Amino acid sequence: MKFDDEPLIPGEQLPIWPGHDSPGRLERVLRAGCFAVTAEIAPPDSADPEEVYKRAALFDGCVDAINATDGSGAHCHMSSVGMCSLLTRRGYAMVMQVSGRDKNRIAIQGDVLGAAAMGVSSILCLTGDSVEVGDHPGAKPVFDLDCMSMLQMIRGMRDDEQFLSGRKLTSPPRVFLGAAANPFGPPRDYRPHRLAKKVEAGAQFVQTQYCFDIDVFRDYMQAVRDLGVHEKVFILAGVGPLASAKSAEWIRTNVPGVHIPDNVIKRLRGADNQKQEGVNICIDMIHQLQDIEGVHGVHIMAFRQEHRVAEIVERSNVLGGRELWRPGDAADAAPALN
Amino acid sequence: MYRMRSWSVRHARWLKALYAAFEFVLRLFGPVFRLIGYERLDKPFAAVEKATKGFFLDSQNCGQCIVGFTGLSCPMNCPKKMRNGPCGGVRADGKCEVDPAMTCVWVLAWEGNKRLRESSYPMQIVQPPVDYRLIGTSAWLREVRRKTGHTGPEVLAANEV
Repeated sequence: MKFDDEPLIPGEQLPIWPGHDSPGRLERVLRAGCFAVTAEIAPPDSADPEEVYKRAALFDGCVDAINATDGSGAHCHMSSVGMCSLLTRRGYAMVMQVSGRDKNRIAIQGDVLGAAAMGVSSILCLTGDSVEVGDHPGAKPVFDLDCMSMLQMIRGMRDDEQFLSGRKLTSPPRVFLGAAANPFGPPRDYRPHRLAKKVEAGAQFVQTQYCFDIDVFRDYMQAVRDLGVHEKVFILAGVGPLASAKSAEWIRTNVPGVHIPDNVIKRLRGADNQKQEGVNICIDMIHQLQDIEGVHGVHIMAFRQEHRVAEIVERSNVLGGRELWRPGDAADAAPALN
Repeated sequence: MYRMRSWSVRHARWLKALYAAFEFVLRLFGPVFRLIGYERLDKPFAAVEKATKGFFLDSQNCGQCIVGFTGLSCPMNCPKKMRNGPCGGVRADGKCEVDPAMTCVWVLAWEGNKRLRESSYPMQIVQPPVDYRLIGTSAWLREVRRKTGHTGPEVLAANEV
């Protein structure tokens, strides 16, 4: 969302509102009770900053924050710290993903300070995919921290102003803390409790795995509400367009943790234009998710279809007329700087 | 042994009771251990612990055992070494994402946990990260030391801080 107190110089931080932990737009939007939209940016296999800007520009004016993945699927790409550093300088609201797979507690705490200094205001803590599923299966898996201990550690840095060791920080990282949730993985009856535990460890928002199975997700949310967890954490449900029935089948067999029910695949197969049907399904999902109590937004993961995010946001009218920040807004508003 | 591990989880309740009794006896010997010196006892204790827990639980000897919180399923058998619950990659049939021949240690933990029939879910307690200095040491002795108050600075692992 675009706020009245946007900084005049792009890349400068917004003021931290009372009762907020971060200066970020995502925290403001969620605390204001708006239905938030986030999307995942594809990190380039390149050292060219222009590629990052181009990929981010696909989301201009249609998302509240952009997730920068950290070696997702255990594949090598530009780092999330690097992507976030480039994009925060242009004023984008970033969610920096941190995976415990590749870095130990010393490296992660250093990255958190560096990222916060570069203007990252939201951090998503992940355990990470195992190295075996990636392009460097022989790499050493670190897993010094899991998502839970990582959340607790970063919360300690922010609230207690100290490293995990107890050594004091001179200035804490002002970050809004997030985690991932998979409502569909076994043991399913434990998943709502797991969410409660993540909240206990410090998660303030969660972004879920793809919610293609609305019935299962509804049951999950019912259990979450029964535990009262939906009042303590902002839940952004994961959605995304499937490219075709064939790719949907490939994803559900090969990507760990993704659950796609048969009826979705059947609907795709029956369509003349499967790509377009994938978008239609995504839009239908968003509408159904909006009606579920305790869902505070959607997280769009449009892997290799990032150019369709704008269409999804527009056609679903998920923003409900909210006007979002765009790069250049600050420059327009600013008096001539020289 | 994988089969033994599954058996132990199925019998989590009485195995935990057995351990509690064993720990009670160990604690009675606390003053003796103190006299001999805990450092001197650590190696032989760790060897016995490794053999026993290795047989029953496939224990990986992290030296800071938390199986009491995990329904007797050793979390160090998880390829991601997760000590706070299952990852999002567990297969639909409950098998491990990395090793499909193995049931996810947290699927087992949840089953074991239910068998413990304790009022609060021990799995809900957030466990601190592993202290790598303690790997291979005796978790039994550390518990005895902690509970009898014979703690030196090195005993204060991440768990207790």
